[in-house]
Amino acid sequence: MQHASLKQLATLLADGKTSSVELCQDYLDRIERLNPQLNAFISVDRARTLAEALAADERRARGETGPLLGVPIAHKDIFCAEGWRTTCGSKMLANFVAPYDAHVIERCKAAGMPCLGKTNMDEFAMGSSNETSYFGPVKNPWDKRAVPGGSSGGSAAAVAARMCPAATGTDTGGSIRQPAAMTGITGLKPTYGVVSRYGMIAFASSLDQGGPMAPSAEDCALLMNVLAGFDARDSTSLEREAEDYTRDLNQPLAGLRIGLPKEFFGAELAADVGRAVEAAIAEYRRLGAKTVELSLPNTRLSVPVYYVLAPAEASSNLSRYDGVRYGYRAPEYADLTDMYERTRAEGFGAEVKRRIMIGTYVLSHGYYDAYYLQAQKLRRLIAQDFAEAFRACDVIMGPTAPTTAFDLGAKRADPVQMYLSDIYTIAVNLAGLPGMSVPCGFGDDGRPVGLQIIGDYFSEARMLNVAHQYQLATDWHRRVPGGL
Amino acid sequence: MSLSIDDIKRIAHLARIRVDAEETARYQAQLNGILGLIEQMQAVDTAGIEPMAHARDVQQRLREDAVTETDRREAFQAVAPQVEAGLYLVPKVIE
Repeated sequence: MQHASLKQLATLLADGKTSSVELCQDYLDRIERLNPQLNAFISVDRARTLAEALAADERRARGETGPLLGVPIAHKDIFCAEGWRTTCGSKMLANFVAPYDAHVIERCKAAGMPCLGKTNMDEFAMGSSNETSYFGPVKNPWDKRAVPGGSSGGSAAAVAARMCPAATGTDTGGSIRQPAAMTGITGLKPTYGVVSRYGMIAFASSLDQGGPMAPSAEDCALLMNVLAGFDARDSTSLEREAEDYTRDLNQPLAGLRIGLPKEFFGAELAADVGRAVEAAIAEYRRLGAKTVELSLPNTRLSVPVYYVLAPAEASSNLSRYDGVRYGYRAPEYADLTDMYERTRAEGFGAEVKRRIMIGTYVLSHGYYDAYYLQAQKLRRLIAQDFAEAFRACDVIMGPTAPTTAFDLGAKRADPVQMYLSDIYTIAVNLAGLPGMSVPCGFGDDGRPVGLQIIGDYFSEARMLNVAHQYQLATDWHRRVPGGL
Repeated sequence: MSLSIDDIKRIAHLARIRVDAEETARYQAQLNGILGLIEQMQAVDTAGIEPMAHARDVQQRLREDAVTETDRREAFQAVAPQVEAGLYLVPKVIE
């Protein structure tokens, strides 16, 4: 059961060969057994999950059908889910029980997908290794000395270890794609505005986007049909016709034009990752695709631009944690200012504080033009590079991350080194484009490698087709870590 | 440019984050490292380029001027650190 795809699970449920309660019990047992080793989940609530599963089974008994009715899912602990503790990986929200559902949670509930639990993550989604979580680091199921990537590291590890058939993630600078790559699963960050941010705890609002994480592209396509949709409560949610993201899965790839930006294959790319990505591209040529060499000249600026814009937005968004309306409050303080300062000093971890302070600085009087405005102008140049590139190709490919998963602790002391783990993913968020990571092999250390596929705005169905055809020809996405 | 110890103290206060002397020194080194990374931006001439605030140019939507929220004060205050009689309590600010 643990190795069944979402489509197979849905068929088993539809044929009455299993029930949602039975499925959830199996996954909960596996979570109970594996979570002490991997720390992929922050909260598990067996009774609540089984109640949701029973409700799904009752809906089916009443004659209801639905593509994923009764199929369980795990949610990144950034999504508010009514009645569930929702921590965002922070001490600040360690005891916060959400009083409402995020739009993504509402959509999953409407589809009849029980929640298996809330997955671990970097604190407030700020990190690339899952080591900034207040609830401790997540271990990579392929090698427990390695990080799973971040910030959606708990979701990635949980899917890789088959503790859940699929999970939600969020991606502000690579937080779905980089951990998907490092754990050998498939993850999709949709076009900005396709999945509602309502109830998704804000980090950098102009970049944050939720999306699916699962073993295969086909799974992700089915999940996109659930997650995507207009929501008036998110001011940047896009009002579009509903799409069937599975519609193009079986299209042949003959004539596909793949753009290969030379900036993605530079000196910082590890040789073993480069070899796996080259092999994947060779497979695409066998499938009938053509490759086009191109350039995204401003890519090198994406990390600096991101580390102005994201902290600036974070410093504003996180000002809400003041110890008054919800969350942590320091036990002792002299006056109101002291209460704010101690609450925030004690409630936030080191990386979050660093980013709030950088953001505060770049927005402070006298520095706005030099930093924030300059970064916004460069953001346009980065987006224009992609617009130019998509005149010559249908999708862009390259590595998702420059290396395989690094060792726990290896980059913890140097924030800048950690930030460079996202050099290939950040530009996609700045431009607002959809991007995905697809497993394409292993490095010399036996840790997974991800192929990044970047599409033009709203081309998710085509990207999923491109990924699915590769997955029909290869089996990297079906490999599972041993010893679990 | 690089941030001094006094700059760090000022930024921390603006951000309402209490820092002790040892942390101040650590933040100084780390924030200067991050600013070093950011400085690469300054070498690019961006004259005439329109700043991009959002990935997609969308118009702000307006909604009907009608009540859409129900009163959920009790549920929302249940997660507050300190409430009394429907009010959020904070340290005294007016003498």
